Amino acid sequence: MAIEFDSSSPKFAEYAEPGRLVTTEWLAERLGTPGLVVVESDEDVLLYETGHIPGAVKVDWHTELNDPVVRDYVDGEGFAELLSRKGIARDDTVVIYGDKNNWWAAYALWVFSLFGHEDVRLLDGGRDRWISEGRELTRAATTRPATEYPVVERDDSAIRAYKEDVLAHIGNPLIDVRSPEEYSGERTTAPAYPEEGALRAGHIPTAQSVPWAKAVAEDGGFKSRAELDAIYRDGAGLKDGDDVVAYCRIGERSSHTWFVLTHLLGFENVRNYDGSWTEWGSAVRVPIVTGAEPGAL
Amino acid sequence: MSASDLPDILADIRDGFLETPEADRLLLLLEYSDELPAVSDEVANHPEMYERVAECQSPVYIYVEVNDDIVTMHATAPPEAPTTRGFASILVQGLTGLTSDEVLAIPDDYPQSIGLTKAVSPLRIGGMTGMLMRAKKQVRQKR
Repeated sequence: MAIEFDSSSPKFAEYAEPGRLVTTEWLAERLGTPGLVVVESDEDVLLYETGHIPGAVKVDWHTELNDPVVRDYVDGEGFAELLSRKGIARDDTVVIYGDKNNWWAAYALWVFSLFGHEDVRLLDGGRDRWISEGRELTRAATTRPATEYPVVERDDSAIRAYKEDVLAHIGNPLIDVRSPEEYSGERTTAPAYPEEGALRAGHIPTAQSVPWAKAVAEDGGFKSRAELDAIYRDGAGLKDGDDVVAYCRIGERSSHTWFVLTHLLGFENVRNYDGSWTEWGSAVRVPIVTGAEPGAL
Repeated sequence: MSASDLPDILADIRDGFLETPEADRLLLLLEYSDELPAVSDEVANHPEMYERVAECQSPVYIYVEVNDDIVTMHATAPPEAPTTRGFASILVQGLTGLTSDEVLAIPDDYPQSIGLTKAVSPLRIGGMTGMLMRAKKQVRQKR
């Protein structure tokens, strides 16, 4: 049974899908409600263990959502096994939160969406806001009774782009959400991040640079509808009906932008290129542009 | 490098992880993370002495002293980076008190040998390797 949407926030009401976000207050009041599962998903694999929202389960992007051998996500059976073990049912409302302004939370939400899990939401402001408000954290292990999550085949067609799709897409709306230094080709990784396996630097021809963090407000939550429209419609020139592809380094920061474009601004055809720069920047003979301009094919 | 090059304390730490069921190894790493000592005021007041470990995704800084050929390692990493703190804590506990020769003889693949590759992911283990390499480099420069 689905849980009611959070209608307490005037900011949310302006979004295309107001129900995709919840406030910390809303969540705090509903912890333990049957049919609601809270999921923490962080970059740091140990952060959940240092203290998490009471009752929250952990889903790790690297060790649980990714296939251990092939560079791909788990398949339908793997996802069913994972969610059954976590105690999540197919019709549960899932609220995901995490570190780094919800990068990994948005990534997890996107992967849940590949399997068509219908009701999956983000906690606006993420882990940092929960902590900054002095809300309860616990190290107590969460035990939820196992469920029988059905085996649902993953559907990559609507929201995931492969390298071949991107090659055919060049010249159409393409958003590079990495830092300006990565976009221009000064470096292959985010500032303050390790070098991580891309042989060339720069960006995909015709891609516009819209760093993911532009969507984040000073308070750590998402910016308002009007501010986001100014960035993505007025600034980047996206129009209703556009077919958009977003990418970053491994697909996590672009999941954040995918969430904004799809659920907050209502674009219907947005795909995340999860191969992103670690694939494109090492692929043989794909076109690359350096410098601050999008460039031409 | 042979296994006998591994100092006893690092061997004990490794065995502690390997003897722990895989599912509980993260909790053992959390214990190390919690144990990372605060750096002394002397070091804390001189941030220029620290070297940033660029291989780690979170800000971690190390400083290695060599006094009368005995190594002391200091490290600092923020609470929101507990994995990195755990790695740093293992090395601080494992290297401090060794001679410079003993530190330099530590096998470079020690981080891969402690049974965390699966629980933490190979990518993340790379941060600990970077920390060990940089600690050894400082020992070479300072002894």
